[in-house]
Amino acid sequence: MATVNAEELGAPVIDINAEEVKKELLSKYPTKVARKRAKQIVVNEVAPDGAVPEIAVNVRTIPGIISQRGCTYAGCKGVVLGPTRDIVNITHGPIGCGFYSWLTRRNQTKPPGPEAHNFMTYCFSTDMQDEQIIFGGEKKLRQAIQEAYDLFHPKAIGLFATCPVGLIGDDVHAVAREMKEKLGDCNVFAFSCEGYKGVSQSAGHHIANNGIFTHVVGLDDTVKEGEFKINMLGEYNIGGDAFEIERLFDDIGVTLISTFSGNSSYEYFANSHTADLNLIMCHRSINYVAEMMETKFGIPWIKVNFIGAGATAKSLRKIAGYFENKELSALVEEVIAREMPAVEKVREEVKANCEGKRAMLFVGGSRAHHYQELFQEIGMETIAAGYEFAHRDDYEGRRVLPSIKVDADSRNIEELHVEPDPERYRPRLAPEGIERLAKAGIELSGYEGMMAEMASGSLIIDDISQFETEKLIEIYRPDIICAGIKEKYAIQKSGVPMKQLHSYDSGGPYAGFKGAINFYREIDRMVNSKVWKYLKAPWQEHPELAAKYVWE
Amino acid sequence: MLLRHTPKEVKERTALTINPAKTCQPIGAMYAALGIHGCLPHSHGSQGCYAYHRSTLTRHYKEPVMAATSSFTEGASVFGGQANLLQAINNIFSVYEPEVIAVHTTCLSETIGDDIPQIIAKARDEGKIPPGRHVIHANTPSYVGSHVTGFANMVKGMVDYLAKSNGHKENRVNLIPGYVEPCDMEEIKRLAGELGVPHIMFPDTSNVLNAPQTGRYHMFPPGGVTVEELALAGSSVGTVALGRMASGPAARALDTKCKVPCEILDLPIGLKATDAFIDTLRQIAGVTVPDSINIERGRLVDVITDMHQYFFGRKVALAGDPDQLISLTQFLVDLDMWPIHIVTGTPGKKFETRIKEITKDVPHPVNVRATGDMFLLHQWLKSEPVDLLMGNTYLKYIARDEDIPLVRFGFPILDRVGHSYFPTVGYRGGLRLLEKILDAILDRQDRDAPEESFELVM
Ligand code: SF4
Ligand code: SF4
Repeated sequence: MATVNAEELGAPVIDINAEEVKKELLSKYPTKVARKRAKQIVVNEVAPDGAVPEIAVNVRTIPGIISQRGCTYAGCKGVVLGPTRDIVNITHGPIGCGFYSWLTRRNQTKPPGPEAHNFMTYCFSTDMQDEQIIFGGEKKLRQAIQEAYDLFHPKAIGLFATCPVGLIGDDVHAVAREMKEKLGDCNVFAFSCEGYKGVSQSAGHHIANNGIFTHVVGLDDTVKEGEFKINMLGEYNIGGDAFEIERLFDDIGVTLISTFSGNSSYEYFANSHTADLNLIMCHRSINYVAEMMETKFGIPWIKVNFIGAGATAKSLRKIAGYFENKELSALVEEVIAREMPAVEKVREEVKANCEGKRAMLFVGGSRAHHYQELFQEIGMETIAAGYEFAHRDDYEGRRVLPSIKVDADSRNIEELHVEPDPERYRPRLAPEGIERLAKAGIELSGYEGMMAEMASGSLIIDDISQFETEKLIEIYRPDIICAGIKEKYAIQKSGVPMKQLHSYDSGGPYAGFKGAINFYREIDRMVNSKVWKYLKAPWQEHPELAAKYVWE
Repeated sequence: MLLRHTPKEVKERTALTINPAKTCQPIGAMYAALGIHGCLPHSHGSQGCYAYHRSTLTRHYKEPVMAATSSFTEGASVFGGQANLLQAINNIFSVYEPEVIAVHTTCLSETIGDDIPQIIAKARDEGKIPPGRHVIHANTPSYVGSHVTGFANMVKGMVDYLAKSNGHKENRVNLIPGYVEPCDMEEIKRLAGELGVPHIMFPDTSNVLNAPQTGRYHMFPPGGVTVEELALAGSSVGTVALGRMASGPAARALDTKCKVPCEILDLPIGLKATDAFIDTLRQIAGVTVPDSINIERGRLVDVITDMHQYFFGRKVALAGDPDQLISLTQFLVDLDMWPIHIVTGTPGKKFETRIKEITKDVPHPVNVRATGDMFLLHQWLKSEPVDLLMGNTYLKYIARDEDIPLVRFGFPILDRVGHSYFPTVGYRGGLRLLEKILDAILDRQDRDAPEESFELVM
C-alpha cells in the first residue's frame, strides 16, 4: 500500500513526507471523521520565536474509532487520588469501576511504620445493585461509609461517583457532608467524577484537584522545620519514581512537605500550603492545584522534569536558583557531580547500541514530552508523538492559554473561584524577586509544551486511534513505540518493541539519575533484543525442498 | 503487612464490599464476543468502561484486546445514546471492517434505558450495516450479577441473533465451553475430536487470545467460531453446555429457538466432572470411548494414587467464579483435601447449596458465601488457617501476609503466564492442577523442613 515505506526505500525518516503520511492516515475514514481527525494530526513546525501550529485537542472521542482514552473516574480516583495511602476511597457504583482501578497502576507507597495507615491494597465499593438504581443509592452509601469508619477509623474517606450515580440523582456531596458531621473525627468528601463528564480522564484530574483543594489543602497550619520547603505536584510514584526524587531532595537538603500524590498522605496534603515553592511534574493532571495555591496562599510554581539525567540536573538547579541560596546551589552541584559519572558511563555504553534509532510516543498528558529527553540522551530520535488527553497548553505551551476556546464539555467541569486567603496569603516573592529570577532564567508559571521541543517535520497526533497506530507502524517501522497497556500487544505482534509509559511495564524507577540509568538499559534491552530475530522458523526462511527422505 | 487493616473478627457488612471476588458484566460479554471470528466487541456507554475492560483482559492474556465504544458524553447520557451508536456502527464498518459487531451495554446505557435492538434496526434501515455483516447485542447491566452473567448473556446473544434452524437435525453436537481460558476451549474440542464427535464450539477464544507471535498483527486473528457455524448450531442434534451459570442460558435459548435439546453439565475440571462430560458426549453420539482417553484418565488417577499422602487432609481456601468453584471443590474433595473457606462474588443461592452438598463429608466446618468478598475470606482464614489458597492474582496479598502457598486459578491472573496455554479442563488439565497443587505444597514443605528431615525423595 503505502508509497512511503521507509524500510523498503532504505530512506532516512526525514525523507518521508509527513504531509503525505497524514493523508494516508486519514484516507480510510468517513468524511466527517477525516475532517475532525485532520485537525488533531499536525505536522510540526517550530518558528524562531518558538510558536508552533495549532492543534485540536481535548475534544470528544469519535464513537467507534478505537481510542486509548479512559474516563473521568479513572483520572480522578485512579490517577490523582489513588496513589495516596491513607484515604479510604469508596467507589459509589456497580462493582466494575472500583475493581478495575484496584492496584493496577503500579503506584508504590511506603508507610512510615507497620501501624501506619495504608489502604492502597484495598478496594472499597458500594457494589450497587438494581435496587439502588431504582430507589437510589444514598442509603447504601451512608451505610458503607459507616462500615468503613467502624472497621478502619481512617482520617479521611473519599467518595467517587461512577456513571449511573449522576443519572439516578444520588447527591454524593450531601451524603459526604452529613457523614462528616456525624463521624466527627473523619473528613468525608466526594467527587462527582462520573465517567461521562468531560472527554477524557483529564476532566477527572480537574475534579480531583478541585476536591483536594477545597476539602484538604490548608487544614493543618503547622509550620515544619526546613529552610527550603517545597511540594512536588503531579508525581504519582509509578515504579518508584517518587522514591528516587525524594532521595535527591534529601541529598540537596530541601524539605518535601507534600507530594501530589505519589507516596503521599492525607496529612501532607493538609499541610502543603506551608511550602514556599510548588514543583510541577505532570502539568496536565495537576496544574490546577498549583494555580489555586498561588492565588490563595501566594506560593509560586515552576515546571520541572525529573525524566532524563540532563533534565534532572536542570530541575535541581532551577530549585536552587529559585531559593537564591549559595549553599543550596553548591550542594546541588555536588550531587550532580556525584551522580553523573555513573550515568555517563551507562549512557555511552547504551548510546553506542541505540544511536540513530527512532521512537514514537503516544501517552498521557506529559510523558510523551518528558521521555523524549531520555531518548535523546542515548541518541534516539522521536519522530512522532502525541498525548491521550492533554490540552493545547501541553502541546503548544502556556502562551496559548488566552486563546483556548472553552467548549461545552470543558464548561461542565467546575472552575473554582479562588481568592487570596485573608490570613494566610503570603506572597513568597516580591516583584523585584520575580524580576531577578527572570533575569537568571528561572521562569515562574511557565511551560513551553511539547511541540516547541520537537523537530519540524515530526508528526504530532492527539488521541491517536488504533487504525492510525497500525498505519504508522506500516509506514515508519519505528524501533520502539511507547504507549499504554491497550496498545502494547498489537504493536509487539507487529514486530515492534513496545514500552508502556503509564505503568512502565514491570520496570522503574525512571526518574532522576538512577532512573535514567534504568531507562537507558531498558531501551537497549528492548530495541536490541534477540527475540525479534526468532519470528520466522528456519523452514519459513528457506522453504525450498531438496528431496524426500534423503539423508546425506 | 500488605492488608494490615483486616481484623480477624468478622462484623457483618451490608453495604460495603471490600476486595471484591467478582467484577462487572460487560467484561464477560467482551470476552465472549472475542470468541466469534472477525468480531469487534462494542461497549455502548462512556469510554471508561471499555478502557478498563480492555486493559484488564489485556493484562490477563498479554494479547491485543480490541473493542470499540459509543463514547458517551453528558449529552448522550441525557438524551440517550442512539446517535452515538449509529455513528459508531458506521465508523467501525468503514474503518475496521469486522464481520460482526457485538454490542453490550454498560450500567450507564442500561440506566438510561437505550433500546439496542431498535437502534440496530435503524442502523440497518439507514444502510449502515453492509450486506453480509452482522450486529448482535446483549444487555449487560453491571448492577446485576457479575462478569459471569455478562459472559452468559453475550453467548445467549449469539444464539438469539445468529443460530438458525434449517429444518433438519445434523449429527453434530454444540459445545458451549463456559467462561474458561482459550486453551481450555481448545482442550474441550480436542477431547470431542478424540471421541470422534463432530462439533461446533461457541464461543471459542482459542487462537484469538493465545495467538502466536508472527511479526504481523491482525485485528481479527484466525480463531473464533464463524457466523456460518453459529447459524448451523441451530440444526445440531444437541448441545452440551459446560458450566450452569455461564453456558446454561444460551443452551436453553437454543432449545427454545431451534429445538436443539441440551445437557447442562459442570465444567469438566477434575476427575468426576470430566468423566461426566466424556460419558455424556459418548452417549449422545453413540460412540465408544477410545483408549487414548482411557490412558489420559488412568494417568490422572495414577498420580492421585501416588501422591495421595500430600493431598489428604490439607485445608484449602478458594475464591473465584461459581462454575469453576463447583467443579474445583468437587475435585479437591475427591483428592481428600478439605476445602473449608469458599467465596464467590457472583450472587446466586444455588451456589451455596451446591457447595454444601459437595463438602458434606468434609470432616471440618465449611464456610461458603455467594455474595462474599476476599476481605471476608481473609477474615475466615485468620480464624481457621489453611494450607493452600486457590484463586486469582489478588489473593497473593493474603498469601504473603499469612504466609500461605497460592495456586493461581481463575480470572484475572495478572502476574503469571500459562493459564491461557495450559488447560485445567479434562484429564490433562486435572494433571496440571495436581502438578500445581503439589508444587505449592511440596515447595513449602522443602522450605520449612528442619535440616535433619529435609527429604530428597518425596
Ligand atoms: S461504569 Fe459500570 S459497566 Fe462501566 S466499568 Fe463501571 S461498573 Fe462496569
Ligand atoms: S502523564 Fe501519564 S502519569 Fe502523568 S498523569 Fe499523565 S497519564 Fe498519568
